[in-house]
Amino acid sequence: MGSIKDKVAIIGMGCSRFGERWDKGLEDLCIESAYEAYEDAGIGPKDIEACWVGTLTAPSGGIGATAVAQALKLKNIPIIRNENWCTSGHVALLEASMAVASGAYDVVMAIGVEKLKDTGFPGLGTGRGMSPVLEARRTAPGSFGLIAKRYFKTYGLSDADGKETMAKIVVKSHANGSLSPRAHFRNKVTLEQVINAPYIAWPLGLFDCCGNSDGSACAIITRADLAKKFRTDPIYLKGFGMSMDSGLPHLRPDFDWINFEALMTSSRKAYEMAGISNPREEIDIAEVHDCFSITELAIYENFGFSPRGKAKEDIDAGFFTLQGGLPVNTDGGLKCFGHPVGASGLRMTYEVYKQLQQKVDVPERQVKNARRGLSHTFGGPPQMSCVAIFGNEKG
Amino acid sequence: MDVGLISYGAYVPTYRLDRKVIAAAWARNPISGERTVANNDEDSITMAVEATRNCLRNATVPGSNIDGLYFASTTAPYAEKMSAVLISTALDMRRDIATADFAQSLRAGSGALRMALDTVRSGSAKKMLVAATDCRLGYPKSDQEQDFGDGSAALLVGSGKENLIATYEGGFSLSNEMMDVWRNPEDRYVKTWENRFIITEGYARLLEQAVSGLMKQCNLKKEDVRKIILPSPDSRSYRQVAQKLGFDLKTQVQDPLMQNVGFCGTAQPLLLLSSALEEANPGDLILVASYGDGADAMLFKATDKVAVRGQVSSIKKMLDDKIMITSYSRFLSYKGILEALPGEPFKLFPSASVTWREQNSIFRLHGSRCKSCGSVIYPVQRICEQCYSKDNYEEVRLAELKGNVFTFTRDSLAGRSDDPIICQTIVELENGMRFYGLMTDCELEKVDVGMPVELVFRRIYEGAGFHNYFWKCRPSKKGE
Repeated sequence: MGSIKDKVAIIGMGCSRFGERWDKGLEDLCIESAYEAYEDAGIGPKDIEACWVGTLTAPSGGIGATAVAQALKLKNIPIIRNENWCTSGHVALLEASMAVASGAYDVVMAIGVEKLKDTGFPGLGTGRGMSPVLEARRTAPGSFGLIAKRYFKTYGLSDADGKETMAKIVVKSHANGSLSPRAHFRNKVTLEQVINAPYIAWPLGLFDCCGNSDGSACAIITRADLAKKFRTDPIYLKGFGMSMDSGLPHLRPDFDWINFEALMTSSRKAYEMAGISNPREEIDIAEVHDCFSITELAIYENFGFSPRGKAKEDIDAGFFTLQGGLPVNTDGGLKCFGHPVGASGLRMTYEVYKQLQQKVDVPERQVKNARRGLSHTFGGPPQMSCVAIFGNEKG
Repeated sequence: MDVGLISYGAYVPTYRLDRKVIAAAWARNPISGERTVANNDEDSITMAVEATRNCLRNATVPGSNIDGLYFASTTAPYAEKMSAVLISTALDMRRDIATADFAQSLRAGSGALRMALDTVRSGSAKKMLVAATDCRLGYPKSDQEQDFGDGSAALLVGSGKENLIATYEGGFSLSNEMMDVWRNPEDRYVKTWENRFIITEGYARLLEQAVSGLMKQCNLKKEDVRKIILPSPDSRSYRQVAQKLGFDLKTQVQDPLMQNVGFCGTAQPLLLLSSALEEANPGDLILVASYGDGADAMLFKATDKVAVRGQVSSIKKMLDDKIMITSYSRFLSYKGILEALPGEPFKLFPSASVTWREQNSIFRLHGSRCKSCGSVIYPVQRICEQCYSKDNYEEVRLAELKGNVFTFTRDSLAGRSDDPIICQTIVELENGMRFYGLMTDCELEKVDVGMPVELVFRRIYEGAGFHNYFWKCRPSKKGE
């Protein structure tokens, strides 16, 4: 397998405010993130040579990449739209990076956007296919709720212990989110609030689930050797892994419902490319796909942050808090930002980018001396996982 | 040639409603007992699939061995489209079979049974399945709302005394034109003329004439009859018939199941016959009567085989295995009478051509077993997920496999507002296959990992102008 370690760098990023943006359209959200990214990179729209878009729903003004082209007046360049479940933003970022690494372009944009609040629909997904076999009445909380009970059963946690362990993740993320001005939810929550909230898909309660929000995030990418022409502190792509599972994990005999091959493969490939052998020690900050609290817990173990079955010990010890050994979802995660699907991967990368530059907008949230950061999305039944690892210097 | 019954199977829905709940809603005196209520994912087709599967299980005969299916109902889901075909597909029956729907009369069930007996006697089929289901609606506040029940029964008809649990000894039919019970095409609820007229001149008179006619034809004295089956539209009328004919109510008249099931329309004669066969001894003569636009009477004689019990799905067990519906509003909503707040919209766009193309996976519940490496998966896959063999598989039916809950969640977003929490379930089947589906007919708080479940055919959602059917799991019935 090849590598594009240190071949490309991010030189500018933008992130809209996330939330119920009733007064803003899809186009407005794109403009909000793209113009912040232009300013951050010190470039303008005419400098963009190609653009990759990640979005699931965007129908505004047409399908394809029409909405983004219209909003940003990008013209006479390729604009490529992708939909890869919740990883669409990461796929846009990584496809753009590979195009730059190939030498075809010098300066490109990756943008993710979702305007969920125009759908008249408060939740995500109640079946997506034409055949009842695969998708009937599948909701996102239902699909991920299945992991929780199996995890409890496998590691001998009582329902109450399991619930409390998940709740600690939520309390941690909300504490971080309270320090994030662009987050949808900026309230701290207590363990009791989380545990006593109404159930959405038992054992997942209201606070175990991420919100439904509007948002957009954007990155400007260039060749690593050109990066310092734009800024003194570019952030380098160290490695990535993208993995789509097959055989529909739910239907495959022997699948344990805890360890997802897509998670394990994508992280392993990213570590290999980035030269990371002990992620628990070598990664300083991670933004992982916490669509539900149980997903974050499973990721701790699938990514090698915690040994199998031991995530609870790390959670209890505060290992993933801002003050812990490996702060996770320092901006509050999907939990506090909500999950405008295509935007999320780039929003997470925005936080990693700012952390590695030591330029987080609220100083209490800044992880000191962060050098290596990871962003990650996980989507589908779930089936597709993307991991990207960044560093603030070459090598 | 001896023709008769090879086996029977019945189905009554798990949900029951105490008639007091209905009566209280209208400040009326209740009729005693409880009635069955089909779940909101059940209809006359799905209940027939349950009954016929029970019948085939009791006979230990696979669906592929049956030469035809007659289905009777006055509440078929479609005004135009044959229900028997979908039922036969869900049963994984062959396609070179005879199918027909019998409809529009409370005598459709007994008519279908007579037709099946004649079909086998004629030699054009060796084994015929007959299923009858009804889930009729009485007007809110009417007696019928309390009296009616939902249910289904199936009988497997064949020949050769060594195969039969009961031989068919003869039948007698009368037709009678009168407006007693009817529904116009636009009617949801059953209409009737004055009760005294329809019972005296219709129900009671015709049943007496048909039963007497059959007894005369078969040279029977009333003491020869071990059990007489008189389906009753209410909890009283059958008594008057039995007494007029001189049968002893306590010993000779089969319990009409009005206390715990209710009157299941055209299914009732077959349901009660199944019930009688479950208790019968060799040599017993069972006379089953059926009323509707005339009357049918049929005589069966139990063989030695009837005593071989060990029925997989007995009616007695089914009656004990129940969940009570506690509110009248929920009953109305399940029946589609009251339109409750819709649940979160189901963003599915069903397609007739997709359903047709994938019917082996969707209706027959076939998965595939790789002929190279033996791995199994549902639904049918052309490329083996383990060894990458292409188009080298055999189809395997999952429906009869037992399973256990591997993991589950109680999903509050997936349901309807009258049934807001749906249990999403991963089932591990006995051959290792996984089935991902919804759990039905369950008490949510009792669901747990490891719980035994079975697969059932249900209506899954509405869309594209047709009914969409698929399989779900449910807690295994007691004693299985």
